Amino acid sequence: MKMRTLGLAILAIGLLGSTVVRAEVTLLNVSYDPTRELYADINKAFAADWKAKTGEAITIRSSHGGSGAQARAVIDGLEADVVTLALQPDIDAIAERAHLLPTDWQSRLPNHSVPYTSTILFVVRKGNPKGIHDWGDLLKPGVQVITPNPKTSGGARWNYLAAWGYALKQPGGTPEKAKAFVRDLFSHVPILDSGARGATITFARRNQGDVLLAWEDDANLAVRELGEGKLEIVAPSMSIQAEPVVALVDQVVAKHGTAKEAAAYLQYLYSPAAQEIDAKHFLRPTDKAVMARYAGQFPTITTFTVDEVFGSWKKVQAEQFGDGGVFDQIYQPVK
Amino acid sequence: MQHSRVTGIGERPALRIVLVACTMVLMVLILVMPLAVVLVEALRRGIGSYAEGISSPDAWDAIRLTVLVAAIAVPLNTVFGLAAAWCLTRYRFAGRAALMALTALPFSVSPVISGLVWVLLFGLQGWFGPWLRAHDVQIIFALPGIVLATVFVTVPFVVRQVIPIMQARGDDEELAALTLGASGWQIFRRITLPRVRWGVLNGVLLCNARAMGEFGAVSVVSGHIRGLTVTMPLHIEILYNDYNLPAAFAMASLLAAMALVTLGVKALLERRQTAGV
Repeated sequence: MKMRTLGLAILAIGLLGSTVVRAEVTLLNVSYDPTRELYADINKAFAADWKAKTGEAITIRSSHGGSGAQARAVIDGLEADVVTLALQPDIDAIAERAHLLPTDWQSRLPNHSVPYTSTILFVVRKGNPKGIHDWGDLLKPGVQVITPNPKTSGGARWNYLAAWGYALKQPGGTPEKAKAFVRDLFSHVPILDSGARGATITFARRNQGDVLLAWEDDANLAVRELGEGKLEIVAPSMSIQAEPVVALVDQVVAKHGTAKEAAAYLQYLYSPAAQEIDAKHFLRPTDKAVMARYAGQFPTITTFTVDEVFGSWKKVQAEQFGDGGVFDQIYQPVK
Repeated sequence: MQHSRVTGIGERPALRIVLVACTMVLMVLILVMPLAVVLVEALRRGIGSYAEGISSPDAWDAIRLTVLVAAIAVPLNTVFGLAAAWCLTRYRFAGRAALMALTALPFSVSPVISGLVWVLLFGLQGWFGPWLRAHDVQIIFALPGIVLATVFVTVPFVVRQVIPIMQARGDDEELAALTLGASGWQIFRRITLPRVRWGVLNGVLLCNARAMGEFGAVSVVSGHIRGLTVTMPLHIEILYNDYNLPAAFAMASLLAAMALVTLGVKALLERRQTAGV
């Protein structure tokens, strides 16, 4: 009886104690799905760095989800001091629909606000039983491809554009041929998850499909966490340079009075220390010195950017993913 | 409950055995087994990793938020449920039938909609968004939004439990009290409330179980800020997607246990009730 009373007392004190409001500065980073582990590490490192430099304590909170859904939440009032999303159009949407930051946000940080890049790779089952080595192999009869839905997932848009770019860059490639290639590819997709993590879990845990199209960082994490010698990564001959973007949300930091800290946080993403953390999580650092140190863990792939192949994200967004766009025309759910 | 022969089934033992067996098998397959899986998975890597799973700071924040939300939502719905049941059974007025039907509305709409309505009302782009922003009030993606969504989803539990009892009891005793000079409050406290207390308790317990377990509606208004607006069900999803299966199942078993305790208390109360206490 005494033990129980004591236990209850401890519980009560614990509940009370931890609801005491912390006076220190808090930033909210609204990010996309596969960066959970990355930002858990970066947030800790930044807090330590900030404390050492200024003597002030700071807490960074993060929220993760599909990039498009996260942008939507910020538009609906989720008070993000900074956004670190998968695609430029997602931050554009926040600027255009909610006017929380200026539309020229991308010119405010180095490397047009891209602190790290990634690319799209294949994950296959151990031993690569279906012999998948390049994009063309995905169209072999009987191969099932797992990718999330480009309508909702940032990662899936990169997958889609990577396939399109590959087909376009083949000898004699034309937009028509690229469209036919992507149409054929999506006829091999049995399930469209709404986000990259969901697709990875569908492939690795539920054993669906023969090949997963995934972010390089998510592919490596999946192989490490879930593969246990069951999965392998295949680097195609060519892929897209995926460029996640970051931005300060001016209206929110003005309201919170966190402009200084939020700006420092974003600057920190470009520091060698943060770039090292990127590399450890298999995101490609934009800092050349850091990239050189970790070059061994990133397969050499010819990459192309959205601007090179498609002109601009604005164009891609309207032509490919808008309602009635190319994706809507070519995707028929597999019966 | 009276133990009378309710139907003719009882007269054919073979049929009775088949029916009972079917029920048992189905219960085990779709109720007991999944719960057992949760527990087995949670304990797979030993009690140490189980404790780790439910004692991380984020896990504690999620548990605290879940308890807090239930502690606000359940009393609100209890008071509302009693008041609404009283009005709906004791007064006759235009629109009464419609109002009665409305109390069951949250059961019939998808939880996603139950969440989305609040975003459409109080989100930055919603009807009251600009006004709330100007006055620095945060509802969506904060505690008030989570409470609103939970209250909305759990409205029917108390009121739907109490209405049938009030209807069955009629208002004779209350009218008698009135003629004897009792005040409204006295009638409510001395006559009405004692008559419906079991229904209220039942409703409160079910309401509590659902309030702690609600996923869909809360997910829409949460914003998923770790350590701040993540409830236990949302935390379980996050852990699962983080590849942290032991912790996900540990958390899931804790949530399931909280619900089971609630149901256990309910069963206990029902037994006391039928025993004539």
